[in-house]
Amino acid sequence: MRKIGVFVCHCGLNIAGTVDVKRVAERCAEIPGVVHSEDYSYMCSDPGQNLIAEAIEEKDLEGIVVAACSPTMHEPTFRAAAEAAGLNPYQVQMANIREQCSWVHPDDEEEATRKAEGIVGAAVEKVRRDEPLVPHEIPITKKAMVVGGGITGMQAALDIADAGYPVILVEREATIGGRMAQLSETFPTLDCASCILTPKMAEVGRHPLIELMAYSEVEEVSGSVGNFRVRVRQKPTYVDWDACMGCMQCQQQCPSEVESEFERGLGTKKAIGVDFPQAIPNRPKIDPEHCAHLRGDFCWLCSRSCPVDAIDYEQEERIVEEEVGAIVLSTGYDMLPQEVLGEYGYGKYPDVIDSMAFERMKSSSGPTGGEIRRPSDGEIPKEVVFIQCAGSRDPDKGQSYCSKICCMYTAKHATLYHHSVPDGQAYIFYTDVRAGGKGYEEFVQRTVEEDNALYLRGRVSRVYPEGDKILVKGVDTLSDENVEIHADLVVLATAVTPRTDAREMARIFNVGTDEHGFLNEAHIKLRPVETTTPGVYVAGAVRGPRDISDAAAEASGAASKVAMLLSREEMETDPLIAEVDEGDCSGCLWCVAACPFDAIEEKYLTRRVGDREVSRRVVEVNVGVCQGCGACTVACRDGAMNLKGYKDEQILAEVESICLIAGSQQ
Amino acid sequence: MKLTRHGLHSEMIEKIERISGEEISKCYQCGKCSAGCPVAQEMGTLPNRVVRHLQLGQDERAFEAEAVWFCTSCHTCESRCPKGFDLSRVMEALRAVLLRRGEAPVRPEDLPAELFAAAPQQAIVSCYRKYVS
Amino acid sequence: MKYGYYPGCTLHQQAEEFDVTTRESARALGIELEELDSWQCCGAVFPLATDAVINLAAPFRALAAAYEAGVELVTVCAGCLNVLRRTNNLVQNDDETRDKLVDFVEEDYAGEGRVHHLLELLRDEVGFESVSERTKRDLNGLRIAPYYGCLLLRPPDEMEFDDAEDPQILENMLAGIGAHPVSYPLRMDCCGAYLPIGELEERRNRAAVAVMRSASAAGAEAIVTSCPLCAHNLEQCAQDVPGAEMLPVLYFSQVLAYALGLDADSCGLEPDGLHAGVCEKIGIGEVK
Repeated sequence: MRKIGVFVCHCGLNIAGTVDVKRVAERCAEIPGVVHSEDYSYMCSDPGQNLIAEAIEEKDLEGIVVAACSPTMHEPTFRAAAEAAGLNPYQVQMANIREQCSWVHPDDEEEATRKAEGIVGAAVEKVRRDEPLVPHEIPITKKAMVVGGGITGMQAALDIADAGYPVILVEREATIGGRMAQLSETFPTLDCASCILTPKMAEVGRHPLIELMAYSEVEEVSGSVGNFRVRVRQKPTYVDWDACMGCMQCQQQCPSEVESEFERGLGTKKAIGVDFPQAIPNRPKIDPEHCAHLRGDFCWLCSRSCPVDAIDYEQEERIVEEEVGAIVLSTGYDMLPQEVLGEYGYGKYPDVIDSMAFERMKSSSGPTGGEIRRPSDGEIPKEVVFIQCAGSRDPDKGQSYCSKICCMYTAKHATLYHHSVPDGQAYIFYTDVRAGGKGYEEFVQRTVEEDNALYLRGRVSRVYPEGDKILVKGVDTLSDENVEIHADLVVLATAVTPRTDAREMARIFNVGTDEHGFLNEAHIKLRPVETTTPGVYVAGAVRGPRDISDAAAEASGAASKVAMLLSREEMETDPLIAEVDEGDCSGCLWCVAACPFDAIEEKYLTRRVGDREVSRRVVEVNVGVCQGCGACTVACRDGAMNLKGYKDEQILAEVESICLIAGSQQ
Repeated sequence: MKLTRHGLHSEMIEKIERISGEEISKCYQCGKCSAGCPVAQEMGTLPNRVVRHLQLGQDERAFEAEAVWFCTSCHTCESRCPKGFDLSRVMEALRAVLLRRGEAPVRPEDLPAELFAAAPQQAIVSCYRKYVS
Repeated sequence: MKYGYYPGCTLHQQAEEFDVTTRESARALGIELEELDSWQCCGAVFPLATDAVINLAAPFRALAAAYEAGVELVTVCAGCLNVLRRTNNLVQNDDETRDKLVDFVEEDYAGEGRVHHLLELLRDEVGFESVSERTKRDLNGLRIAPYYGCLLLRPPDEMEFDDAEDPQILENMLAGIGAHPVSYPLRMDCCGAYLPIGELEERRNRAAVAVMRSASAAGAEAIVTSCPLCAHNLEQCAQDVPGAEMLPVLYFSQVLAYALGLDADSCGLEPDGLHAGVCEKIGIGEVK
């Protein structure tokens, strides 16, 4: 009989306040095979782990049970402690008598103690039957993929490439740059956004280790950490980018002008061209829905104007398959469309714009050449109202969260407005002013003291046109009075939202999202750039609203995680995976159908019988792909498939133990 | 003003929460209700300020506010409130407490006879329901 | 399909023209309205206090009676619609209050019935194009400002009548009958309700004045409403505002019935009185 040790943790009062831990330890000492049983205040502490090490060495333990918190907290801790003392780490079992016992039965100490006895007793039966396991080593593909080419994705790609690893940067638009390319200046320094962005874009474009796949989207991902297979769809640009020189004659000649999404409704673009002059790759694309030729009309203007004959109306999409070891998701955010804000006009009033439109106005390469003008008549507005929290902090009809960046960018807008229109007046309706970053508070105070912005504390109930102005009906709760302003221009700080297809993307990469659609990190405090899917990392606004400083920091954080992964020669896989007994396997392949990861394949065993070759079909588990979910073990009708560490006989032994203990407690 | 934990969570505040079905702490004083209230100018005290009095345990100041009687239950506040806080119900609860105490702003005997001939029944019945004890 | 008609107390007294023109419009459009056998005043306002259960008894009884008679209710008074629909919602969702009402009124009803406004039937059952085809009179592009007020639209998640920030149902109806609908920003704002009645506002009714001014500034020649209280407030505020641009106030069913063929007199249109301008524009009272 194997020698088992039991360690019952008090966890301070978390467990011991409800469960009689001494009694549990004493009870366990009576179980056959348990040669060591003690209780201690904090098993996860150094002294606690030393107790384990000493007991393993002195008593030659062949398996231990640590009755304490949830394995998600400390299983790695105790496995490591056991391994250091010479015991195979997979002969360690945690019995959760905290989250699943003391914390849910705080009022009934007797019941809680009895339940704890049952839980620990079952764990003893399981660990008694645990086999020593050794993780498999699989090779790692030393290449990364970054999805999303905004500032976050670009920074991550640059860091990974600078660490010496090839990286593929996939970007849905025809150019990298993301949201930052739409901005005019950034807070709090008022750096010109393009001026600090374009050098990075150029670096990405020419970095020998970065392969830029622009105008492409990821369709499907399979495999697992260290060995992902990614299918990327490269959309047709209808221009041969290798032949093209980037002269943009086509863009000049194109007769089709359509509303530009990049310009947020303030400007137009051609059916062929680039979104902004500093685009990288500096190559045009054709929008099939706006191109006259592709819609069936007779128009060859771009093709005729191209000096290198690069236009290719017949171009088709391409599918490429890539193998990478790690993936970083940095696809950024969208903004709440004005069309959902009924009290502010459903987007129908031309002089009510959103903050990104204001950025385009202020941008020197934007539709107004950097001048702030009323969209309705082109006049310079002298009374501008900024409305913060448009759709944010609104659990009833909008997003419940705070969009984090609006207080700062609105202060920036008011400052820039004052610089442009010194005799104009900016009014800012705020609920709170959130300015927690470095230099942010001082920036806001300067907006008030030096740039004349008037902050009014309260929300705006409604805006509507009156004459050629927009009447704004708000309140200033500090002075206890309603406020009416006939504004020339109204700027809404609309909520930051996840991309409309964020959930779909999360499904492709097998990561979770929160109730809004922002991607989940593995732990909000301690693992902010990892996800619960090993090998997939997140950075930037895809996780939630944040500004450029934080996004860039997270990009580097994710890149360092990627480098950590790719720097190893091989990767250990979790040995707690499925294993088939080929002798029992009948080759029915039900397990193959049940496996969500495509980790099981059929295999043929052949041997000679006399002068014939006899073949028998069985299955084989791919140890690099299997995630140990156990679905195959349930599907297996022969009982040939088992999960290592969770074999059928172990589980049945646990159940029997619980029944016996419960019975003896009657 | 002096605040104590007893004053903040008085029986009267609990009663108002019960009658209105709203939790007073839900309001985060953004003022959107006041900004859209059609009779805010008449009210003297802005509607969000009335709720603030309740949040501070100052129920008597809430009762004294003329705002309570000027509210027309138009529901504009509630329909725009980002927290979905039903201010119309809180105003009704304040009125209910006062009316049930006998403190009504209108006495039927004081209403002019011509009113009954000129005004629609709907008007008279709603006036009675909101203002008469 | 036959509907149970709930006129409400005001339509049988001060607002008779609203009642007559509603019935006639329905008849002309093939909607069968039969007044409920017995009904009481709905209470005019929906009780917002959670413990004012007695005030729900009358609307509850009306809903139960209609359901038992196998008909869905139709009303046009905005006050009645608001009370009946919200009472029905409450009965569906609040078991405790429903049980009390069932006990007291002695009718077993759980909110299975429905309440409609005539305009909703026109929009959803008949269709405004169909209404348009049945008009017999030309309204000569009369510029009419629809006034929604509060009770039809709010609370939006309970009333579900139309978009509370940009309602269009009255505009669509008016366009369908050949009038020129004039939208204006304050068409969903409160008229002051019972404030002027309680004589709390010794000064003029600012709310109603603001509505009237907004409609007038948009170029309207008349205002239509679906609420006797709104109609009263809008008419009365004219007297309080000397020199202001006051528009004639009509019920929507009056112009609807006239367009569908009912005579001007039965529609309550007075060429020599309040509605002189309107009547002149659409040719009523002309000496032929």
